[in-house]
Amino acid sequence: MKKLLNTLFVMTQGAYLAKKGETVVVKVEREERLRLPIHNLEGICCFGNVSCSPFLMGLCGERGVGLSFFSESGRFMARSIGAISGNVLLRKAQYRLSEDGDNSAKLARNMIVAKIANCRTSIRRGVRDAHVLDNRTLETCSDRLTVILAELKKTMDLASLRGKEGEAARAYFSAFGNLITSQAEDFSFHGRNRRPPQDNVNALLSFVYTLLCHDVSNALEGVGLDPQVGFLHRDRPGRASLALDLMEELRPLIADRLVLSLINRRQVSPSGFIVRESGGVIMDEQTRKKVLGAYQKRKQDEFRHPFLDEKISLGLLPYCQSLLLARFLRGDLPEYPPLRWR
Amino acid sequence: MVLVTYDVNTVSVAGQRRLRHVAKLCENYGQRVQNSVFECLVDPTQWVQLKNGLVKLIDDEKDSLRFYFLGANWRRRVEHIGTRPGYDPEGSLIV
Repeated sequence: MKKLLNTLFVMTQGAYLAKKGETVVVKVEREERLRLPIHNLEGICCFGNVSCSPFLMGLCGERGVGLSFFSESGRFMARSIGAISGNVLLRKAQYRLSEDGDNSAKLARNMIVAKIANCRTSIRRGVRDAHVLDNRTLETCSDRLTVILAELKKTMDLASLRGKEGEAARAYFSAFGNLITSQAEDFSFHGRNRRPPQDNVNALLSFVYTLLCHDVSNALEGVGLDPQVGFLHRDRPGRASLALDLMEELRPLIADRLVLSLINRRQVSPSGFIVRESGGVIMDEQTRKKVLGAYQKRKQDEFRHPFLDEKISLGLLPYCQSLLLARFLRGDLPEYPPLRWR
Repeated sequence: MVLVTYDVNTVSVAGQRRLRHVAKLCENYGQRVQNSVFECLVDPTQWVQLKNGLVKLIDDEKDSLRFYFLGANWRRRVEHIGTRPGYDPEGSLIV
């Protein structure tokens, strides 16, 4: 099994990344702050005013290290990739399937079913583990998700799948706020909003989803798939549709749980959030660093993969699922096994 | 995790050259924790590459290399006192 490698986050404004031999050098005000071998890295994320030498970009491309640029507040801006690699036949199989509405719908249904089931698991765990104030809403939501899951048993086209998915997401997010047990006043949540996020919880969710999207895109590239050609999400220039597809089933387990524990364990405090004139909420640098640290740590947690039946770290999940998806597209697996969290 | 330490005889110009090359190679694979001490987090392939490179570089009449294999639980076996504690290549890397 592949080894989980580390991701370097550069948040110091004005930092400069350069290549020296086989290593990445982070310079701040011409002074070397950190120097580390590229083979320990899987990705580099640059936030805000961070520049990067063309030679380092080349090295990252060559070694398959994802290099992404984000705005200071964590909005994704650009990603640099090396030569187009991987298996042409595999990519073609992916394109063919994405053109084929019926089979796309079958694959998308697998993903959505897993997503909804994982959302339900997340809610049930919340009810069981913590002393949640309002059990009723959560139970109603969990029941609603069960009903939707049953409805998904019969085949349907992509449009109605998207409808069911939206319905489930609304139900899930309407109950999600009830999983917040401490600091509930400062972190009240009444549904998902973004661009920009309107409250603290949405700011956290958006940020963690962006990080997850970076990881999933990298994993897909890594196994030779095109992250832009999706099955559930429609193709749109610049959108990593397949990464978004694959994220669906991973979100509850990797991202949502992380956000909840950050709030419930008081690892983030309301003072770390800034409301801008537009009503959008962003986090200050300290909070963002804390979230990044927690995200990295979460990725190292061990998890038994239900399909592979092997102990892996959570951070490898995007890679494992990409691999399984590739196997399905190649025809080595009769069906794509999405991640079911139990 | 492997700890690589070396002692290269620098009396001659050729010796100084070897020292530079050994240091450069080690820097490509790990972190310099002290002047001639490197901590390298490598997988088996990378380790073979690094070791072969080092063995080729040195002059075994005059120089020496020493490797300490710390394994996957290396964190329990390392203690640092004093300045420049270095970074943890498996921990969170935020600059």
